[in-house]
Amino acid sequence: MASNQSKPAKQSAKKPANKRSTITAQSQWQAYIQHHKLMAVDSLQRLMTSFGSSLMTWLVLAIALSLPMTLYVSLENVKQLSRTWDQSSQMSVYLKQGTIDRFAATVVSDLQSWPQIQTAVYISPEQALAEFTDSTGLTDVIDGLDSNPLPGVISVVPRLAQQDVGRLEQLEQKILSLKHVESVQLDLLWVKRLYQFMDLGQRLVWALAALLGLAVLLIIGNTIRLSIESRRDEIRVVKLVGGTDAFVRRPFLYTGIWFGLGGGLIAWVLLSVGLYWLSGPVERLISLYGSDFQLRGLGFSDSLLLIFDGVLLGWLGAWLAVSRHLSRIEP
Amino acid sequence: MANVLFDHVSKSYPGGHQALTDLSFEIAQGEMAFLTGHSGAGKSTLLKLIMLMEKASQGQVIIDGVNLARVTQRQIPFHRRRVGVVFQNHQLLFDRSVFENVALPLRISGYTSRDLERRVRAALDKVGLLSKEKQNPIELSGGEQQRVGIARAVVNKPSLILADEPTGNLDPKLSAEIMNLFEQFNNVGVSVLIASHDLALINRLPHRVIGLKDGRLAGERAAGGLAGGK
Repeated sequence: MASNQSKPAKQSAKKPANKRSTITAQSQWQAYIQHHKLMAVDSLQRLMTSFGSSLMTWLVLAIALSLPMTLYVSLENVKQLSRTWDQSSQMSVYLKQGTIDRFAATVVSDLQSWPQIQTAVYISPEQALAEFTDSTGLTDVIDGLDSNPLPGVISVVPRLAQQDVGRLEQLEQKILSLKHVESVQLDLLWVKRLYQFMDLGQRLVWALAALLGLAVLLIIGNTIRLSIESRRDEIRVVKLVGGTDAFVRRPFLYTGIWFGLGGGLIAWVLLSVGLYWLSGPVERLISLYGSDFQLRGLGFSDSLLLIFDGVLLGWLGAWLAVSRHLSRIEP
Repeated sequence: MANVLFDHVSKSYPGGHQALTDLSFEIAQGEMAFLTGHSGAGKSTLLKLIMLMEKASQGQVIIDGVNLARVTQRQIPFHRRRVGVVFQNHQLLFDRSVFENVALPLRISGYTSRDLERRVRAALDKVGLLSKEKQNPIELSGGEQQRVGIARAVVNKPSLILADEPTGNLDPKLSAEIMNLFEQFNNVGVSVLIASHDLALINRLPHRVIGLKDGRLAGERAAGGLAGGK
């Protein structure tokens, strides 16, 4: 409104001469923008006057929006955690029983020279037995054995991306063909399983997001439908004095946007508070496993995405409701 | 040029009700006319045809040279902006001030607030309610509410004003004031068509009368002739 005060005064001077000359493309554009502002403010004021019921709707929307986002954040954290495990996807290369240390050493240096291999460390049967004794505490049983039943093991860490399961298997074959090697154990199965679970989780996030997105649409659609019903008379009058469909739609679309924005913001607050609340225990738990993992919160872009999704769904829900119900109200 | 032209217009509703039958008349630009008849005679249907709330089943309705049969759904709002309407129950919105009620057609048409304020005040001034622009219409008397309705109908400077029983709920003195307002707008060249069954009032005024009975033209009184006709 203030923008119009600065317009030159000469227009008002010549005004009475021509009745319709005041509508120009420019003034129409200004009026359009003005009406947008007016409707944005007006629809927010309407939500505020019935604050109690608006808050209920906002909370329901916030819960619906925050659930898939929670799952998404959890999944991102598991991914981040599993990245540290990636590097530990080691292979155990078991040597033939009775292989002497000198031969074992040549195998190790062989392996170390390969570009696909990061480290190769030899664990002799004696070391293995000592470790076993330490970790199990079965000293008496082991002392009773005639000879050391354990083979020598080379612990190999490959220099490959974890996802490259095929190439890992190639490497396994290559190592198997070496002299003195009895068998190779690839600790891959659990990694594969983890990735399968994460894949499943990802799909679950999408399914949940789709379902709850639909719920948001329905909630907003229904709320807007009630709002349309309560403003039926106004819509009739507006249509009678020449309001276009877009004009009639506008306040309801803004109502939808405010609902979506409010829902998104509250969802963001819920998530942030929840993550803050969880971060202490989770980090302490993970640190017990010797990892310096930090719970990843909502990043800036995730936050923006959450709020933007809220707004988008709000607008879309309002649009659906308005296009369904508005045409039924004719003067 | 005729402002309103009905050419052999019939309107039947689904279910067989025949609201208007072979109706032909015209109202010249700047003319003021009354539309009379019992309820159910077709007065409201006739007004609805002009406002494009309904479309004629047969015949043609031509307003300002535009054949309404050719007006598309998208163009209807723009047609309605050229016609001012006054309702019996005034159809004011009680969630906003008198000013905003009158401003509504201008906001729709795309006036910026500066032009809009001037026009709204001019219209309120004409109906004598400038001092009440900030009030809610619910605080006004019936006669004042109807005058707000009239201000809203004229604020867009239409070439034609339609009124559907504008004095229906008002006492004779207020009714005469309202009619006087319509005459003032008519004096500056606006065509006025008023549907009314208040014969006592109509017969006191020297305007043309178009009578309807069962959807047909039933007697007409030319302008100037008083107390005769119906």
